[in-house]
Amino acid sequence: MIEWLSMGLMMIGAFFFFAGTVGLLRFPDVYSRLHALAKADNLGLGCVLLALALQAESLAVALKLLLIWPLVLAASAGVGFAIARRAHALGIAPWKKGDGR
Amino acid sequence: MTGGLLFALAGVVLFALGVAGVVLIDNLLRRILAFNLMGSGAFLVLVGLAQRDGVPDPVPQAMVLTGIVVAVAATALALALARKLHALTGRLELPEDADD
Amino acid sequence: MMFAFDLLLALALLLSGLRTLTTPRLDRGIVLFIAFGLLLALAWARLSGPDIGLAEAAIGAGLAGALLLDAYGVLQRSKDLHSKGVAFKRLIVIALGTAFTIVLSEALLDPLPAAIDLRVPVAAHLEESGVSHPVTAVLLNYRGYDTLLEIAVLLLALLAILAVVGETRIASPSRAHPVLQALARLATPSIIVMAVYLLWAGAFRPGGAFQAAALLAAAAVLLHLVGLLPGWSTPRLRLRLGLVAGFAVFLTVAAALLRQGALLKYPPEAAGGLILLIESALTLSLALILAGLFLILSRDEDAS
Repeated sequence: MIEWLSMGLMMIGAFFFFAGTVGLLRFPDVYSRLHALAKADNLGLGCVLLALALQAESLAVALKLLLIWPLVLAASAGVGFAIARRAHALGIAPWKKGDGR
Repeated sequence: MTGGLLFALAGVVLFALGVAGVVLIDNLLRRILAFNLMGSGAFLVLVGLAQRDGVPDPVPQAMVLTGIVVAVAATALALALARKLHALTGRLELPEDADD
Repeated sequence: MMFAFDLLLALALLLSGLRTLTTPRLDRGIVLFIAFGLLLALAWARLSGPDIGLAEAAIGAGLAGALLLDAYGVLQRSKDLHSKGVAFKRLIVIALGTAFTIVLSEALLDPLPAAIDLRVPVAAHLEESGVSHPVTAVLLNYRGYDTLLEIAVLLLALLAILAVVGETRIASPSRAHPVLQALARLATPSIIVMAVYLLWAGAFRPGGAFQAAALLAAAAVLLHLVGLLPGWSTPRLRLRLGLVAGFAVFLTVAAALLRQGALLKYPPEAAGGLILLIESALTLSLALILAGLFLILSRDEDAS
C-alpha cells in the first residue's frame, strides 16, 4: 500500500520536473522560465522527497529527507529573486502576447 | 558490461575530449574547462575500472577525492594567472596562439 | 533496468561535456560545466562513492563553478571558439584523439584480472584503523601521506594565487538586496551545523574533513557574495595561523609518531582520537584555503 502511494508520488514529482524542464526550454522570457523552474523545485521535489521518505528505513532518515525540501525552497526562491532582479535591472522586459518568440 | 566499466569508458571519451580541447582551443577560460573535463574523465576511469566487478573499492575513491580538491585548486590558480594575463595584455589567449 | 539509467547518465555526461566546449557563448559553457559537475556527482552515487559525490557537487561543481563565473564576469569574453590555426593541426589532433579513445576503450573492455585487490586488506584492518568508514580510513590512516602532501599542495596553490594577485586595495563589498542578505544570514548557521556533523560523521559514514570544509567555504563565499564578508587582502596573523593549522597539526602528529619507527603509524587505541584531531584541523584549514581561493581572487578588480 505504501509502495503504491510512494510510486504514485514519485511519478507526480517526475511529471512536475518534466513540466518545469519543458517550461525552461519553451517559455519566451526569463521571468516565465523562472516561474516554470519554481514549479519543478517546489512541487516536483516535494513529491519526490515525500515518496522517498515513505520508503525510508527509519524516522531519522525520513526526516532528513524532508529537511531537504525547505532548504531547496529557500535557495531556489532566493536565486530566482536574484536572477529576476538582475534581469529587470538590465532592462529585459517581460514578454507580452504579440511579441515574437 | 557493468556500471563501472560503462562509466570508465565514458571517462575515456571525456579525457580525450578534454585533451583535444586543451590543445585546440585558444580561449584560456575554455581551456580551463577542458582541463577540468580531462580530470573528471581520469577520475571516472580510475574508479570505474577498479569497480568493474561491481564491488566498491575505497582506495581509488579516496584518491579521486583528493584529486577533485587538488583539481579545483589548480583551476583557481589557472584562473588567477589568466586574469593577470588579461589585466596585463588585454587578451585572453597565450601570446603564441594569438599570432596564428 | 539500472543499466539503462547508467547508460543515459553516461550519455548525458558526454553530451554536456561536449557542449561545454563547443557552445558559442562562454557563459553558457560555464553553466553547462556546472550541470556536468552535478551529473558527475550522480555518477559517483551510482558507483557507490557518496563521499566523492558530495565533494564533486560541493567543490567540483559548486566552488569551481563560482570561480569560473566570477572570472567570466571580470573577463567577459565570448569569442574564440575554435582555433584560428591550421586546419591540418585540428585534423591530426582529432584523429589521434579518436585513435586513443578506441585503443583505450578496447583495452578497458578486456582487462586483465587485477594483480592485487586492496579491498581485502582494507577491510581486514578496519578495526585497528580507528574509524569504521573505509574511505576515511584510507584517506587518513592507510594513505595518510597522500592527504598530508595534499594539504601542502593546496596551501601552495593559495600562496601562488596570493603571489600572482599581488597587493591591491580592498574594495568595500557591495551590499546586496536585504532579502538575499537575510537568506545568507539564515543559511550560515545551518551550514556550520551541517559541516560539524559531516566532520564527525566521517568516521562511520560518508563524510569527513573535505566535505565539511567545502560546506564552510560555501558559507564564506555566500556571505561574500551578499556583501557581508569582505574580500581578503594579504593575510594577517590570525588568518595565516588558520591556514597553516591543518598542515601543521598533521605534520606534528606525524613527527610525534616518528619515535615509533614510522611516520603516521597510529597506535591502534589512540587512532580514532588522533584522526579526529587531524580532521578537525584539516577542516579548518581546508575551509579557509577553499574560501581563500575565491575571496582572494574576487577582490582583484583588474580593469582592462
